[in-house]
Amino acid sequence: MNNNSQSIHIKRDILIRLVKAFDSDNFEKNVAKIPFDMRPKGADVPYRCCIYKEREIIKDRIIADLGFALEPLDESERLDEMAADSLQRKTIEENPLTVIDAACKGCVPSRVYVTDLCQGCVARACEKACKFGAITIAGGKSHIDPSKCKNCGMCINACPYNAIVRLIVPCEQACPIGAISKGENGTATIDFEKCISCGKCVAACPFGAVNEKSHIIDVLKAIKDGKKVVAMFAPAIAGQFPGSIFQLKSAMKKAGFFDVLEVAQGADITTKKESAEFVERIEHGATFMTTSCCAGYNNFIAKHLPEIKPFVSDTKTPMYYTAEIVKQKYPDAISVFISPCVAKRKEVQANENVDYVLNADELGAIFVGRKIEILEMEDTQYDYDSSKQARNFGVTGGVAAAVNSLLDDEEKANAYVIDGLTKDSIKQLKKYAKDGCCADGNLVEVMCCEGGCIGGNSNIASPKIAKKIINSLLEKSNDLK
Amino acid sequence: MIKLNYIIETKGALMETIEVKICSGTTCFVMGSSFLNELYELIPQKYGEKVSVTQSLCLGQCSKQDTHSNAPYVKVADTIISEATVEKVLAEIEKRVNKNE
Repeated sequence: MNNNSQSIHIKRDILIRLVKAFDSDNFEKNVAKIPFDMRPKGADVPYRCCIYKEREIIKDRIIADLGFALEPLDESERLDEMAADSLQRKTIEENPLTVIDAACKGCVPSRVYVTDLCQGCVARACEKACKFGAITIAGGKSHIDPSKCKNCGMCINACPYNAIVRLIVPCEQACPIGAISKGENGTATIDFEKCISCGKCVAACPFGAVNEKSHIIDVLKAIKDGKKVVAMFAPAIAGQFPGSIFQLKSAMKKAGFFDVLEVAQGADITTKKESAEFVERIEHGATFMTTSCCAGYNNFIAKHLPEIKPFVSDTKTPMYYTAEIVKQKYPDAISVFISPCVAKRKEVQANENVDYVLNADELGAIFVGRKIEILEMEDTQYDYDSSKQARNFGVTGGVAAAVNSLLDDEEKANAYVIDGLTKDSIKQLKKYAKDGCCADGNLVEVMCCEGGCIGGNSNIASPKIAKKIINSLLEKSNDLK
Repeated sequence: MIKLNYIIETKGALMETIEVKICSGTTCFVMGSSFLNELYELIPQKYGEKVSVTQSLCLGQCSKQDTHSNAPYVKVADTIISEATVEKVLAEIEKRVNKNE
């Protein structure tokens, strides 16, 4: 995923300012000032038509970062009042995503389009290639009749000048299940009945119009109120910051967390249960089993492919087991899952042991806002020494490899990895469910994001660097026994 | 290029190494400095010993009011590049290499 775009830069800039405002002597007032601090009078207008629209969009992003949905609002809201409301909120919003209507460009509808490069050539390959008679030549140029065009793209391949292109709507293109589309007014709308909260649209939109409703204020407030706020970070998060996970723990404690656990600790439990489950299922005649720790995949199963459920492992996710440990150890704790993805927000809502979610970039914003230099931190040890296999859960292939590491030679699974939930891999999964077997392997690891959790939409480090940082941690870790 | 190599061999002592420091402070990392990491491979490949590239602790650029907005920072010799990209850093190096030449 492209986590290095200018829209992400702006998003993190706002989050950092939000943290600074929270830590200031007047949260509400300083939140309301953010759009004006970022686009002061006379400032350049780098992206939109005018400074007022830029400020309005910044305001909308802040509202989402305060944890509210934008859909029911009508632009009359005052930021200082919204900020005050965010401090009073007791429950978090149901759907993790919200579309900033003002930021959505309202891209032209996806279609096949003849560009000016058309030479009006004699060959007329496009006209011949079209099976629907949608192309005519007039005025020395090809024309597509939209009422006949089926978007098949045959003319695109036929044109010797590459003059015909497919216009795409990035969010629609990125969504694997067609849950986001242009609504009546031309801007993107999410169908929350279908949405699996995978976050691919968040990363895909070049205008940064899809935002998460953050829990950052809820977490900061819990810390400020003196509650025992315990963080548990996903294995992929180990690759998102400079320094070691031991320095990261110190940094998080300095940021105000009472204790910090690796979700890799729960991943060790997941691995043990899942490998035992695999052996048992195969012994009882199952042809294959899929993994169950990817929240995006689980949301997908629940909404779009319940037929595959019998083949999905019943083992709970690493977050589930880690949260259980946290609540046993600290019954009065507020637990926060530090996540590389949007989908976990849904899983958290269904899990009473987890209270809030922070993304990698939200945690990063807290570090920046509170001037915490991770590389200058001392090491803090963890109570539990997580295994090498568990710490690799966030990298594609890691879960299947972990399960296999506990199996004897004759039991070893023939692992097959689905690296990213796409329209194509969904077809594959549908086939497995329909056939009741999988020709590709008997242990199918499914990761919604390409590259695994390190490819999640809200990560900070490039997947390549995240993998490098995680690999250096693996070198110092012990095998699971 | 041939001319350059000649200068290095004969007047090596006169050539100053251009120091590139990529900030790995928290602010720069959060604002995307990991995407500059290809510079660690690219610079030695392109410039050999003429340019050194190192990871640096916080360069102190973000401590002023609101300057986190302009992270990540990279220092090329005595020039600070804000909102650094691989292209911006290479352009600055190129300018200096040409000057040295």
